[in-house]
Amino acid sequence: MEIVEHYLYTKEHEWINMEDGTGTVGITEYAQSTLGDITFVELPNVDAEVEQFEPLTSIESVKSASDIFSPMSGRVVEINDELSEDPGLINRSCYDKGWIAKVEISDMDESSNLMTAAEYGSYLESLEREGEAEGDE
Amino acid sequence: MNPYIANTQTDVRAMLDAIGVKSVDALFVDIKPEHAPKSFDLPQGLSEFEVMERLRLLAAKNTGALVPFIGGGYYDHYVPAACSAIISRGEFYTAYTPYQPECAQGTLQALFEYQSSICALTGMDVSNASLYDGGTALYEAMMMAIRITGRKKVIMDGGVSPIYRKLIKSYTHNLHFEFIETPVVHGQSDRVAMAKLIDKDTAAVIVQNPNFFGTIDDHSDIVEKAHAAGVIVVSSVYPVSLGLLKTPAEMGVDIVTGEGQSLGLPLNFGGPYLGFMATRKKFIRQMPGRIVGETVDADGRRCFVNTLQAREQHIRREKATSNICTNVALCAVQASVFMSLLGRQGFRQLAQLNLDKAEFAREVLGKVPGVEVKRSSPTFNEFTVRLPKDASDVVEAMIPRGFAAGFPLGRYYPGMENYLLVAVTEKRTRAEILSFAKVLAEVLR
Amino acid sequence: MKLIFEKSVSGRQGFKLPVSDVPVQAKIADRFLRKAEAVLPEVSELDVVRHFTQLSQLNFSVDANFYPLGSCTMKYNPKFTEKAAGMPGFAELHPLLPQLKGGDRYVQGALEVLYDTEKWLCEITGMKAMTMQPLAGAHGELTGIMLLAAYHQAKGNKKKYIIIPDSAHGTNPASAAVAGYEIISVPSDKNGGMDIDKLKAVLTDEVAGLMMTCPDTHGVFNSQVSEIARLIHSVDGIMYYDGANLNATMGRCRPGDVGFDVVHLNLHKTFGTPHGGGGPGSGPVGVGEKLEKFLPISRVLKRADNTFVLDYNYPDSIGYIASFYGNFAIILRAYAYMLLLGGDGLKATSDHAVLNANYILTRLKKYYQVAFDRICMHDCLFSASKQTERGVHAIDIAKFLIDQRIHPPTVYFPLTVKEAIMIEPTETESKETMDVFIEAMIKADELSKSDPHVFHAMPVTMPISRPDETKAAREMNVNFFAPRA
Repeated sequence: MEIVEHYLYTKEHEWINMEDGTGTVGITEYAQSTLGDITFVELPNVDAEVEQFEPLTSIESVKSASDIFSPMSGRVVEINDELSEDPGLINRSCYDKGWIAKVEISDMDESSNLMTAAEYGSYLESLEREGEAEGDE
Repeated sequence: MNPYIANTQTDVRAMLDAIGVKSVDALFVDIKPEHAPKSFDLPQGLSEFEVMERLRLLAAKNTGALVPFIGGGYYDHYVPAACSAIISRGEFYTAYTPYQPECAQGTLQALFEYQSSICALTGMDVSNASLYDGGTALYEAMMMAIRITGRKKVIMDGGVSPIYRKLIKSYTHNLHFEFIETPVVHGQSDRVAMAKLIDKDTAAVIVQNPNFFGTIDDHSDIVEKAHAAGVIVVSSVYPVSLGLLKTPAEMGVDIVTGEGQSLGLPLNFGGPYLGFMATRKKFIRQMPGRIVGETVDADGRRCFVNTLQAREQHIRREKATSNICTNVALCAVQASVFMSLLGRQGFRQLAQLNLDKAEFAREVLGKVPGVEVKRSSPTFNEFTVRLPKDASDVVEAMIPRGFAAGFPLGRYYPGMENYLLVAVTEKRTRAEILSFAKVLAEVLR
Repeated sequence: MKLIFEKSVSGRQGFKLPVSDVPVQAKIADRFLRKAEAVLPEVSELDVVRHFTQLSQLNFSVDANFYPLGSCTMKYNPKFTEKAAGMPGFAELHPLLPQLKGGDRYVQGALEVLYDTEKWLCEITGMKAMTMQPLAGAHGELTGIMLLAAYHQAKGNKKKYIIIPDSAHGTNPASAAVAGYEIISVPSDKNGGMDIDKLKAVLTDEVAGLMMTCPDTHGVFNSQVSEIARLIHSVDGIMYYDGANLNATMGRCRPGDVGFDVVHLNLHKTFGTPHGGGGPGSGPVGVGEKLEKFLPISRVLKRADNTFVLDYNYPDSIGYIASFYGNFAIILRAYAYMLLLGGDGLKATSDHAVLNANYILTRLKKYYQVAFDRICMHDCLFSASKQTERGVHAIDIAKFLIDQRIHPPTVYFPLTVKEAIMIEPTETESKETMDVFIEAMIKADELSKSDPHVFHAMPVTMPISRPDETKAAREMNVNFFAPRA
């Protein structure tokens, strides 16, 4: 499962890439492959205030609707308009062209609540082990 | 003996042996003695013949003999035999929600065609695959407007069916919405009152065309004012009238609903009916209910599926657009057969025929001494007359003389006790209308 | 197959209207008129009949196919009940007639049908009173939750939450949310029933009630139901019974006797009325003493002289939840069904529904992972987990069955079981039919070992196979006349 080295991650499988006080947010490879073909991205409003780990927006696939949570608190400063025409961008390029929103971060200290790429990698492994255990029951 | 159970004693034995239990009772071990019914006192079963005989007697206690001039949103239109024949086919009648599109293309395509016909009739972009009935559809439209705008004030035209208004009030009793009803002036929506009320806190203006009094209106100006304040306009329409009348889309309305009973469904003493809903494409994700969409299969062949299901309760659970699960698919198919039979010209002719008969009745009743027919606003196939005495007494006196004379408005509109709402469909003949006027004259004498 | 619009030929018409016999040609002012005619199809009556007949032949149905769709109770719908509903004395009855002064005299037969149906459904469920108005199961749920809310409001209770087991139908949380409640989901224990310890952990004074399907969607009758009711009642909560699965327990257990305060039923599941490709249904709601005064209006009363009347005089009523008296023509079918079967016939119905499900459960156990290894009620629940390891999923098995002319069971529900396959044969199916189904399921398992890749092309015998649902959702082409994306 692809993980980008310098991004930070949440347990709900969002990533954030922080540069100069602004964080670009998207969902991970694991999230997009679990969701399947994405059919709709409800984009947040520019200027919306968001809290860490609170719903930022939602994504639909054919048979699911999932909330996307903001990795950091702040204000939405830009959204990826291309997703309204082509939600499949997330499936094809979840870490790059399929970004969802840019957030002006209000509290950098919150980043300590996020996982590094390495931590997220082991988190994914632990999920896989749990899944197997469930299957054995 | 139960004719719907195939298992013989031998089958039961064989199945119990396979399962490895001694008796059917053993399969109910989880139901403990303390759960046993305190009573289960039901009548003995009857044969099919005996049941039919009993129902025939009950049906005879109802009257099929009254000549109906009663409407109120539910009309005595003719139901073509082909409508009933098609929906009696077991393949439609005994199928369920098309969860597996490969073995449900019949229902899916029929519903896609239904949606398309509703769009053709209303002029709107998109329709759902039906809701329960006209009243619940209007409630769903109001909730949709509240979701779209995030506002909680609703302006309701007093010309909207009081049956619908009562229902919506029950539903929203706990939900802290602000409801404001505006009066009806000369039979039409009160523009002045509405203009004063429309503001940035308003979610929706709800109107009806023709309204409960049968009056025709053009709501374009109200739509313009509403849109300027970001307000959604919902219109409840009577589908047969759309054979002639300006479409809600032409007026700029955002959400259209209506009672589809007049599209080939019997009156059925109140149901099942058909709620239809259509809207603009940009609001499709906020629309409740099933929606059928076109796609292609693995080999590129055109086909149809339930789509945008992520809005619905089976996926989104408590965050769904509505709690509605199934709709009234069979009624939608019936309506689709009806619209296809009538077709482009037939549908217009049907509307014209209703209008002509009602206009004739209006003229004839206007000549009955003591009866006053208001002519200030145009009407479609239903209109109000003012009687010299309480309309409910007049109606009561007309029933033994063979007429369901109309609906007394005093039941829902205090102060209008002398007003009678009279409906005339294509089924009423000149002779019936003349006879109705004659008997009314006698009763009023 | 072509759409009816694509068969349209200008000038054709499939219905003959009467020639106007009135000397009036009315004209409405132009500003009230539509600019152009609605582009409905122009076809002959035969065109219409053949079109819809051909469409119907693309459907699987109970009349033509085994249809073991779990949790939907796809039993046989007796033909005579449709004929009964078509009697002009019922079908042509205007719903406003009884609201006219003196009008109730002319609908006595219809009111008697409503009254008797209510009475019998009360006896079947152990409830005190019932409203026939809800137009479908989900509508019944909403009505039930509104009754519960009215109860708490009248008592001045401050309630916020409805507890719902994770195995519930999606309509439960959706209905509770629409009525203004927040949802607490409680997980199931290893036997498939609700986990009582987890229930205790979330039980507070703010709990308005519990919605419970009994037996639940795992096909399990929870033996601890009385204990659960005691817990909920200890915080003055209301016990809500989702009657989706009543077909398992008629004559064996009545919700009213085990602590439920309000129930909704699905006449289209338990009482033999048609599913119609997705409605119309009917979802009557019954209540015990606590909630009776809140029932919707109108209510049908029997007078001392054995005549019937609609009564609107209930000051505590939640008001109107339907335009009229419910889906009358559906209620009438259920009434006819109950008249024919009687009490013994209804009990036999549940006995055979449970027997049939257990037979399938037993025979398929060797081949498919059972979700809960125990006796089931009228549904049996498997997981395609073993087959999934071979690359064959529940959906693939469903498509395989379509090629065998069998309607697939419910798949991927309940959400609590991975790759769920939920089978409900109902009482009306014969052992021979079930044996054919069982053999087909065994064949699917064998194929998943020998030839797993063949599944992905299935079904191969139908006019279409594996529609692209992503394309449908992305492009949203839902109207023939709209420009294509």
